[in-house]
Amino acid sequence: MKLKNKFYERIMAMLCWSAALSSVLALLFIVGFILVKGLPHIKPSLFSAAYSSDNVSLMPALVSTIIMTFMSILLAVPLGMFAAIYLVEYAGRGTLRANKSVMLIRITAETLSGIPSIVYGLFGLLFFVSFLDWKFSMLAGAFTLAIMILPLIMRSSEEALLAVPDMYREGAFGLGAGKLRTVFRIVLPSAMPGILAGIILATGRIVGETAALVYTAGTVAQIPKNPMQSARTLSVHMYALSGEGLHVNEGYATAVVLLVMVIILNIASAKSAKKLAGGA
Amino acid sequence: MKCFEIEKLNLHYGDFHALKNICMNIEKENITSFIGPSGCGKSSLLKTLNRMNDIAEGCRISGDVKLFGEDVYGDMDVNMLRKRVGMVFQKPNPFPMSVYDNIAFGPRTHGIKSKYELDKIVEKALQDAAIWNELKDRLKKSALGLSGGQQQRLCIARAMAVSPEILLMDEPTSALDPISTGKIEELLLHLKEAYSIIIVTHNMQQAARISDKTAFFLFGQVIEYSETESMFTMPRDKRTEDYITGRFG
Repeated sequence: MKLKNKFYERIMAMLCWSAALSSVLALLFIVGFILVKGLPHIKPSLFSAAYSSDNVSLMPALVSTIIMTFMSILLAVPLGMFAAIYLVEYAGRGTLRANKSVMLIRITAETLSGIPSIVYGLFGLLFFVSFLDWKFSMLAGAFTLAIMILPLIMRSSEEALLAVPDMYREGAFGLGAGKLRTVFRIVLPSAMPGILAGIILATGRIVGETAALVYTAGTVAQIPKNPMQSARTLSVHMYALSGEGLHVNEGYATAVVLLVMVIILNIASAKSAKKLAGGA
Repeated sequence: MKCFEIEKLNLHYGDFHALKNICMNIEKENITSFIGPSGCGKSSLLKTLNRMNDIAEGCRISGDVKLFGEDVYGDMDVNMLRKRVGMVFQKPNPFPMSVYDNIAFGPRTHGIKSKYELDKIVEKALQDAAIWNELKDRLKKSALGLSGGQQQRLCIARAMAVSPEILLMDEPTSALDPISTGKIEELLLHLKEAYSIIIVTHNMQQAARISDKTAFFLFGQVIEYSETESMFTMPRDKRTEDYITGRFG
């Protein structure tokens, strides 16, 4: 009996270990594959300021990606964060069960996060691009993406706020601080690392998005001079290159740049989250 | 001189009748302790005094609570009330920020901005809480790095930094080791010169050691309220006697 138990224990441990190993291997394989295919094709001409069909420069797309990320985050974060503050600090308090409006908002947010991005793209095309007549533009793209990442920001902010122990709130109330001061001086700073983690996830989705952008921001390979101009992000750029089939190698090189960008972003935000948490 | 006058106070949490017809006066510049078994209403009464029950779900209160003659549940501003009646909680709850910012939070809340003044308040509060010497070199360090006992004394200092008239303490030493507990008791005996202190405790020896008056609670009622010494030497009520001699609770 004992021997049998030990045997099963070993088997289970092995299974868990190999599952962990294979997920790491899959990731390493993808990264390795992209590096092998892409690194040899990284040339200075890929980074020239203007795109032409000869140099297929990724520079405009790189700049557009950064601008697009900032615009979408700027639109979605305040909205998502304040919605979460409402849900956690105002609506949910004072009644034993979360009231109906809170439930409704939660269900809506959850539904929104389950919608495929192409549907957001189509909505953006019909509403922002056609109905509001913004044409294919960075602005239409940013608004579409902002709606897409809103549930993510809201949920992660909500989780982060819920994780703040009530004793901090009590401590602040006990000193005569009002609700507003308690929320913004005590609760929000404590929740910041969690909120930031949500923003990082959202950034990942923006950087990796194609479907929703092709229909809203368009695919013009240029550095946009104003938000009403069309531009392509790196992912859309990759999609276009590999779709046309003429510059697949440059597509891989673009993937390498995208990869490096995401890794830098992750490290930077992990560092800043740590700093926020430690200094707080 | 009385700081609190409590008149026919009843408190319900939903259907649960937590405090039944409480009438008592609490003396100024004194330590008053509330003792009794868990769930007897002593913490509930304490939280009624600075309206911390307002945030509890389904809580209803009737009756009168007067702070130096002013009705606490009338048109008194809640935040002002809590500034005048400070509170120290069961579990040390320093904010996740530096020692300095913890102490300065209260004064800043009530509008003090000048660095010079804040520095003075922080030093005085920490000195009053007898923790200045331990912390003066780590004012900029996070308060979460302190030991449990230090955190609790920091919380006492934080409460005193808004210069309250009364300090409420909800089992302030129950999460601490005996040495930290001793330090805090010593501190309380010192503080009662200037503050009125009301302390809820599970520890009868603690009540006997430090308090001037003691109230014994059972099932939401005050069974006995008298001078600590007489309560512990010759309790008037049989139930008090049973409790303090350890027959239940």
